Amino acid sequence: MMNDRAQKLQGPVISNQGCCPDGDSSGQCEKPLQPFTIPMVGPVDDDAPCCGPKPGPPSSPFERPGYRLRHFVDDFVATPIGQVPRVETDLKAEDFLGTLRARGGISRDRYRVAPGLYCVGDPADDSAVLVTANYKLSFDSLRKELDNVDAWIIVLDTRGINVWCAAGKRTFSTEEVIRQVKRVGLEKLVSHRELVLPQLGAPGVSSHEVKKGCGFKVIWGPIRARDIKRFLANGGKAETGMRQLTFTMGERLVLIPVELSLITKPTLAILLALFLLSGISPDIFSVTAAWSRGGYATVAYFLGVLAGAVVVPAILPWLPARQFYVKGIMAGLLSGILAILIFADAISSLETVTLLLLSLAVSSYAAMNFTGATPFTSPSGVEKEMRQGIPIQIIAVLISIVAWVSVPFLG
Amino acid sequence: MNEFRYLENVTTLKLDADACIGCGMCEVVCPHTVFEVAAKKAHIRDLGGCMECGACAANCPVQAINVTPGVGCASYIIQTWIKGKDAIIECC
Repeated sequence: MMNDRAQKLQGPVISNQGCCPDGDSSGQCEKPLQPFTIPMVGPVDDDAPCCGPKPGPPSSPFERPGYRLRHFVDDFVATPIGQVPRVETDLKAEDFLGTLRARGGISRDRYRVAPGLYCVGDPADDSAVLVTANYKLSFDSLRKELDNVDAWIIVLDTRGINVWCAAGKRTFSTEEVIRQVKRVGLEKLVSHRELVLPQLGAPGVSSHEVKKGCGFKVIWGPIRARDIKRFLANGGKAETGMRQLTFTMGERLVLIPVELSLITKPTLAILLALFLLSGISPDIFSVTAAWSRGGYATVAYFLGVLAGAVVVPAILPWLPARQFYVKGIMAGLLSGILAILIFADAISSLETVTLLLLSLAVSSYAAMNFTGATPFTSPSGVEKEMRQGIPIQIIAVLISIVAWVSVPFLG
Repeated sequence: MNEFRYLENVTTLKLDADACIGCGMCEVVCPHTVFEVAAKKAHIRDLGGCMECGACAANCPVQAINVTPGVGCASYIIQTWIKGKDAIIECC
């Protein structure tokens, strides 16, 4: 341990027990490393001639050429299997900023931490080993619950995907657990043979296969990281509530921005189509009509998106039907009526029907897509409702297109 | 999770009571408390709550549980319709 400040300033002392400072004990280094220290950069003379602002602080003694030191690592702990990064349990401004970006769907697939072994607190050979995914939101939600806990953390390479989705995609898997346990050399680090895995990783991990593959027994931990402390204090027993999923208002609302960001791609093509269809006229094409009628259709479309991707998730439990496409139709009726009221003075009765159907179909489709973000829809059920919902949505869109295009020819 | 119910009578979940050894692993891993162990045997107490995640089947040491696992995600299913069941799907 290097809690000692003076020692920290001299740089890390690599113990001669381990050989690979990144925690990879592949066993390829035969000769033990000799202890060494990295000399500090000399103090900067404040009176030295200088242009521009003063130079910043010297590089951290933990930095290594070719690696990037992550801000959440506050120390490296010497262990029998090498230096293990110790992570902080409080989140900083850049973590919250990263969370906001990921929740907004910006570079979400690259928001990762390096897979491998980490620790929190002052763990010993009898401390618990917690397993998580390398999506940084997953990693952050775990470490922020671990203040005053001494534990090892094994981060699996789930390709930057959260535990639940990664288990579904089989990147949080039996094979990956075994691979990481072997790669870090866990059996030389801890005296026990137990791993605590989040319960939502269970679709991808077969506990008896893990035991067979690496000798470690899987203990299924709580679903939510915020219960992990109580779980550990209980001696590895989860209370019933820790094992049951929830889908609260807050849990639903944070998903909305990503839902909206997934819709932006088709939206551009749809808007173009709306403007082109709106401009078709007896004079072949009317730019004026494209703008004015295209504007009405655009508003009806966006109100439909709002209804299906925002209103439906928000009031999900209070919409009576179980099928998401029906929930979407209900919300879409409201958004369609709103669109009609906005343009009541400018549109014909046929256009009224069109805007209503368009808004309704869009809302129904967007709501149906929200099934993928919920923790309670079965694939058999989703497929069943899609076989009912998609034909209805297609018919609604076709009718509205035909009606919309024929209006200028009927006038 | 009682306020969220999805479609009933659609799940592919099957439990072979004869093969079950009552270890209780299915009860532990199921996030919707579909199983209940009583008298050394697992029972399905809430079939409609099943979302076919496959956690129970993956963790049953004697393969007493059968379910077609998958993700209940419309955009995923659309891609399987278009590209075929075995295609590599980018999703969610």
